[in-house]
Amino acid sequence: MSGISRRKLFGLGAAGVAAAGAGALAVRVGSEEGVTAAEPVHTAGAVPFYGEHQAGIVTPAQDRLHFVAFDVTTASRNELIELLQEWTAAAARMTQGQEAGTFGAVGGVPEAPPDDTGEALGLPPSGLTLTIGFGPSLFDDRFGLAGKRPAALADLPKFPGDALLPEISGGDICVQACANDPQVAVHAIRNLARIGFGKVSVRYSQLGFGRTSSTSRAQATPRNLMGFKDGTANLKLEDTSELRTHLWAAPEDGTSWMSGGTYLVTRKIRMHIETWDRTSLTEQEAIFGRNKGEGAALGSQKEFDEPDFTKKGPDGKPLIADAAHVRLAHPSSHGGARLLRRGYNFVDGSDGLGRLDAGLFFIAYQRDPRRAFVPVQMALARQDVLNEYIKHVSSGLFAVPPGVRDAGDYWGRTLFDT
Amino acid sequence: MRSPIIIGALALAALTACGSADPAPSAAPAGGGDLPAKVTVAANDTSCQVATAELAAGTSTFSITNGGSKVTEFYVYAPGDRVMGEIENIVPGLTRELVVELPPGTYETACKPGMIGKGIRGPLKVTGEHKPLTDDAQMAEATAGYQRYVKSQTDTLLVKTQEFVDAVKAGDIEKAKSLYPVSRTYWERIEPVAEIFGDLDPKIDGREEVIEEGMEFTGYHRLERDLWKDNDVSKSGPIADQLMSDVKLIVERANAEKLSPLQLGNGAKELLDEVATGKITGEEDRYSHTDLWDFAANLDGSKAAVQALRPVLETRAPDLVKTLDEKFAGAEAALEAHRSGDGWKLHTDLSKDDLKVLSDAINALAEPVSKIAAVVAQ
Repeated sequence: MSGISRRKLFGLGAAGVAAAGAGALAVRVGSEEGVTAAEPVHTAGAVPFYGEHQAGIVTPAQDRLHFVAFDVTTASRNELIELLQEWTAAAARMTQGQEAGTFGAVGGVPEAPPDDTGEALGLPPSGLTLTIGFGPSLFDDRFGLAGKRPAALADLPKFPGDALLPEISGGDICVQACANDPQVAVHAIRNLARIGFGKVSVRYSQLGFGRTSSTSRAQATPRNLMGFKDGTANLKLEDTSELRTHLWAAPEDGTSWMSGGTYLVTRKIRMHIETWDRTSLTEQEAIFGRNKGEGAALGSQKEFDEPDFTKKGPDGKPLIADAAHVRLAHPSSHGGARLLRRGYNFVDGSDGLGRLDAGLFFIAYQRDPRRAFVPVQMALARQDVLNEYIKHVSSGLFAVPPGVRDAGDYWGRTLFDT
Repeated sequence: MRSPIIIGALALAALTACGSADPAPSAAPAGGGDLPAKVTVAANDTSCQVATAELAAGTSTFSITNGGSKVTEFYVYAPGDRVMGEIENIVPGLTRELVVELPPGTYETACKPGMIGKGIRGPLKVTGEHKPLTDDAQMAEATAGYQRYVKSQTDTLLVKTQEFVDAVKAGDIEKAKSLYPVSRTYWERIEPVAEIFGDLDPKIDGREEVIEEGMEFTGYHRLERDLWKDNDVSKSGPIADQLMSDVKLIVERANAEKLSPLQLGNGAKELLDEVATGKITGEEDRYSHTDLWDFAANLDGSKAAVQALRPVLETRAPDLVKTLDEKFAGAEAALEAHRSGDGWKLHTDLSKDDLKVLSDAINALAEPVSKIAAVVAQ
């Protein structure tokens, strides 16, 4: 065997500035230097849709995900732009707890199908955010965008052990819906897909039922399906200057339409949870390089204590092994590279072999994947002992444009305008 | 492939557990005194002549010579077909030894020409006083017993890999295809020890997807691709030579390795994990679809590691031993349904339902197997 079965999960962290959106939902950010403690998250409230950056990135991670990737089927640039405008209007409404269309689920002409599907009637906004991204395949000659492809949107390399399924990878456009109520997230994607019929086609979609990252210091680090806290070093909303360095694309990056945007990498990582579950605690902790209870790096006391990679055990070997996950993924192993991770646990039923089809839908935002996700994942794919228990089965890469400023703006305007 | 770091961590724990840093390598008979003479067993396709039907209690060595035309196996069973010791894959013309510790009681010997069925049985009576091994000695014997297993498997691995490599180099595609799963059997049985050598394992057994840019795809699976997918081995000679030299190197290193009882317990579990994640899904042998051969070999290897620990487990956790016997038998029976001639059906010939039955049997077995390490570490 020897197949490294791989699954590499986790990355690092990144944070976001108090971007546009976090307002109602949660965290109150102080001035540049001082980040104040956040207020408890108001899970039913609305997150502002308009702002310098898109919401759903540094917004404190909601509990539920519905992610979708589309292939664009229309050949018309104008139709595509019209669709983005329609979507933007619907997204602005739905994120504020309104129906997708102006007439709604029951207010229209009885002989016509309703312009909202109705399953979210009576539900609060639930912290819904909708975040759009454009995949490398959009930048071909169909829409005259070939010259607009950002250098940072370079195709990901093949990582050792990749077992990617094309039918659940890639995509011209993605939309990430996050909410604290799964029905609200699904409602949003369902209505966007419906609006898109004839112009786009759903390539794949993914539900996530539990957040695996915290993107604010007000949130505790959740656990992945292996039972571990991972991504402790995530970039967080409060790390204002770090976010400028590691998360948001800037004019000097060379792609002016992306200024204020960021880059998204998704990886669906199947976990062999059955074999993991019969692995001893000692081995599980050695693989992660953390203890399972507190989440502290081995040799440290507390979760947020900086790992000491030099500390040795009585046998003279490093307490955190050379191939332990926390060491390989840590920013200090990659010249300080950091990500903002925002992944979700998934269980897509079972696999027909008596096992749960479970794992992590990894989501990470960063200023340039070539200097963040790629080197980190290459190190993990090569050496991480966790690979024995995981397998990467899908991959996505998207340029996430800046935020929508106001009702006259739309998703991707900076790309199509110039 | 498994990283050596874990092994290191476990080895440390084992040391603490045993209280002895240097398990005596010699497999001294439990009763002390002189080594009893070897009991010869003349096996062929229709008979199984064991030189004696009575033995003194303690450690005995059976020397089995296969004079038949089929590959055979030799077992010593306690009542209820509880395996006290076994040695497999005794190819025609070969003599192999089985060392087994037997308390007083009644047993059965069995040869299994063709490696199937209940075999040709004979009675065996063991009398006299038996001083069981002390705890430390049981631990040391587990290590030594597994070392003997590694030795027997690697001897055959060298022979079978050479035959496979020769066929590849001779351009005999059909012959090479028939030898591929056979030579892998001996490899897959001892994977826990092979995987200690993280540098060689990927070269010998790396699957195509683990190969990085700038690294050459070599080893068994490269030749598998050449044979089944490309149907062309005209340029495979250097790969074949490389495989042989890598296998020689790893055999040399494997035989110098002493696995602690804790490593054996974990190794037994890891072999079943291999089955669960690689063989049941057909990912291991994606071109040849001979995954069931590897499945059987991993199961054999897991059982061998457990058998080496048997005296320790019988002392400390007799109920676990009972469960293990039951679940090993269950997994073997599930696999047995897919035998085809001297080998196994192709993965592609199994239905999803067939695979689910196998998957369930492995999960049922792996649970008790995963408890062994903690028992050994007590």
